[in-house]
Amino acid sequence: MRIEIIDPDRCVGCEICMLACVRRQGFAGLAKSKIAVHSSGGMEKGFTVLVCRACSDPPCAAVCPTNALEVRKDGGVNLISEKCIGCKNCVEACTVNSIFWDNEANKPNICIYCGFCAMNCPHHVLYFNKEWGKENV
Amino acid sequence: MFEDKFTRVLYIDLSKKSFAIKSRPDLFEKWLGGSGVGIQLLKEECPKDTDPFSPENTIIFAVGPITSLYPLASKTVAMFKSPLTGNLGESHAGGRSAVSIMMAGYGAIVIKGKSDIPIYLSIFDNEVRFHDARAIWGIKDAITVGKIIRQRETFSGQRSIMRIGRAGENLVSFASLNTETYRHFGRLGLGAVFGSKNLKALVIAGKRTINLTDPKAYLRVYKNILDETTSSLMKKYHDLGTAVNVLPLHEIGGLPIENLNKISYEGAAELSGENLAQNYLGRRIACTGCPVACVHIAAFRDPHEEEKYFYKTSMIGYDYEPIYSLGTMLGIKDAKGFLKLMDRTEKLGLDAMSSGVALAWATEMLNKNIVTESETLVKFSFGDWEKYIEGLENIVLMPNDFYKALSRGTSYASEIYGGKDFALNFGKNEMPGYHTGAATHLGWFLGARHSHLDNAGYSMDQSLKGDYPEPEKLVDNLIEEEANRQILSSLVVCFFARAIYLNFDNTINCLKTVGIDLTKEELKELGMEIYRQKMSYKTQEGWLPSHLDLPKRIFETPAPFGKISEDYMKKAIDHFRDRLEKDFR
Ligand code: SF4
Ligand code: SF4
Ligand code: SF4
Repeated sequence: MRIEIIDPDRCVGCEICMLACVRRQGFAGLAKSKIAVHSSGGMEKGFTVLVCRACSDPPCAAVCPTNALEVRKDGGVNLISEKCIGCKNCVEACTVNSIFWDNEANKPNICIYCGFCAMNCPHHVLYFNKEWGKENV
Repeated sequence: MFEDKFTRVLYIDLSKKSFAIKSRPDLFEKWLGGSGVGIQLLKEECPKDTDPFSPENTIIFAVGPITSLYPLASKTVAMFKSPLTGNLGESHAGGRSAVSIMMAGYGAIVIKGKSDIPIYLSIFDNEVRFHDARAIWGIKDAITVGKIIRQRETFSGQRSIMRIGRAGENLVSFASLNTETYRHFGRLGLGAVFGSKNLKALVIAGKRTINLTDPKAYLRVYKNILDETTSSLMKKYHDLGTAVNVLPLHEIGGLPIENLNKISYEGAAELSGENLAQNYLGRRIACTGCPVACVHIAAFRDPHEEEKYFYKTSMIGYDYEPIYSLGTMLGIKDAKGFLKLMDRTEKLGLDAMSSGVALAWATEMLNKNIVTESETLVKFSFGDWEKYIEGLENIVLMPNDFYKALSRGTSYASEIYGGKDFALNFGKNEMPGYHTGAATHLGWFLGARHSHLDNAGYSMDQSLKGDYPEPEKLVDNLIEEEANRQILSSLVVCFFARAIYLNFDNTINCLKTVGIDLTKEELKELGMEIYRQKMSYKTQEGWLPSHLDLPKRIFETPAPFGKISEDYMKKAIDHFRDRLEKDFR
């Protein structure tokens, strides 16, 4: 993984990572976050962090009817927004539930592997692995 | 100026089961949000002399212009007429409430009327639904109610679920409103106002985008604030939570024990943040948007009553104030007893602070033979937590006249049964956990909410170290601090971030990024004006503080820097009344 969830038990559910992802894109709010943190059935049970694993053979890209998800050599996908028709196939296909829908834009939120979320996490839950996928390139 | 959705107010009428969304830039442009907007909406909607349990009572939730945008801008302000004090009710809570309201697309929500049957509300974006709650009314514990609603509604794992327990249903005047299990609109009886409206719960969520005119500036200002937060605040409150304060306060002799008969006892180490963390801490959580994560939850393993080798593990949140009220105030000496009391309070949906103080008063009443066991039904004795669990149940079930009175608070109960001198309430609200000196008691007696967070007298006491100015000067200082804090509660930020946001340069920079240009002077004047608005509401509803209403106990038990002088307090209150008359009508 490029964004590694190294210590999910330390996650406090602050959503600072989600807000950071949106902030990096030049907005505020939550609709455009490409990472998600959920309580797992009540806060006392802890939190699940969902973020793209940057698959080397990504199922999301395989089901996209318009090739809007372009497979990256170093793993994961790039979204070519103009090609996307909003069918949500990719959301279904991602086994780890890490594509979130932006209702306002009617497009998927696709991680760009910038690592900003990891850099902002105050509790060392996330780690940005810059070396990930390098050998494939 | 503001983006459009933030200035929307959602008006809900429970009687008609209808709602309307109105754009109110007028309100938000003048009063920012939170407390500033809340008090205006209360004045608009809740007529003079409204009975707190009548359909006309109005519940207002308000967030602020930087909610979800900056670190620790994570609180919601609730305003209502309080059934406990019969006056202004203001209570703050975090959890996911604030960001959820902002993301659903509102700056404020106004709830009026009364439903004919128990209902709960769901608010997702522009959709407001009224759901039948008859099947969940009367459920034994408020935590289960949260679980049921979780199963039924969308936005799993990312919504705010506010709900009341049986205390709210039964109209206990200090019933709380719980949100996300571990946070509360605890004080002044919002839970009972929900109950009086047949409103069991409210679930709210949304996901939207807030557009910014200068995203680069936003990134920059955010980073500055985040850096300040993480450096100054994180360690203290992340490590041990607010419970970090137990030992230092005990050390100086400012921690009230056994109905403030004592200021020192052997239970303090056991109930300390250090001990709770070492032996019980199971998880820390944060309010949305807050890096500090001060919320501490104990994992409490308890053998099953009937089955051998079967253990149940409960997750029980704890904080300084409940440790004081349900712990030290009741003379509890083991952490297990405190956690059990905390758990029951949570399940019943009671305000932990008022409940503990009420039971402490009842114990002293019994000890002094002013009432007998035929009134209290339980033989309370300081330290005996099992008896207090029964006491909590009785407050909610009200099996006799004594508990009917006690469920209306210690002020009301002591009017009937006596024991006013040691009924530790201020302006009819039960006292917080600080016996630090004149400033703290004055502060919450004169404050708009009668809360220790109104003006932080406890911190003035500790920095003055007994070297008090003239009483008039102390009152003026408290007023100034409280006026400044109106800005915090209108932004709305957590008061733990006061050092950051009362550095007005930070606040000015934050507000600039959302299109608001205010100078330091304008901010300060706005804070004072909001304070004035609250005080005028309070006097309109008949509030006039008198030193005769102070419980004598505070003069008897020495504070850390010496006994508090009655004469000093009287002069201070007289001066406050002058200022109320002159400046704040
Ligand atoms: S979105 Fe899901 S399927 Fe696609 S690359 Fe990321 S993890 Fe793999
Ligand atoms: S790596 Fe970048 S794009 Fe992906 S979730 Fe984190 S912040 Fe968002
Ligand atoms: S920033 Fe870190 S601690 Fe906060 S929600 Fe994200 S992963 Fe969890």
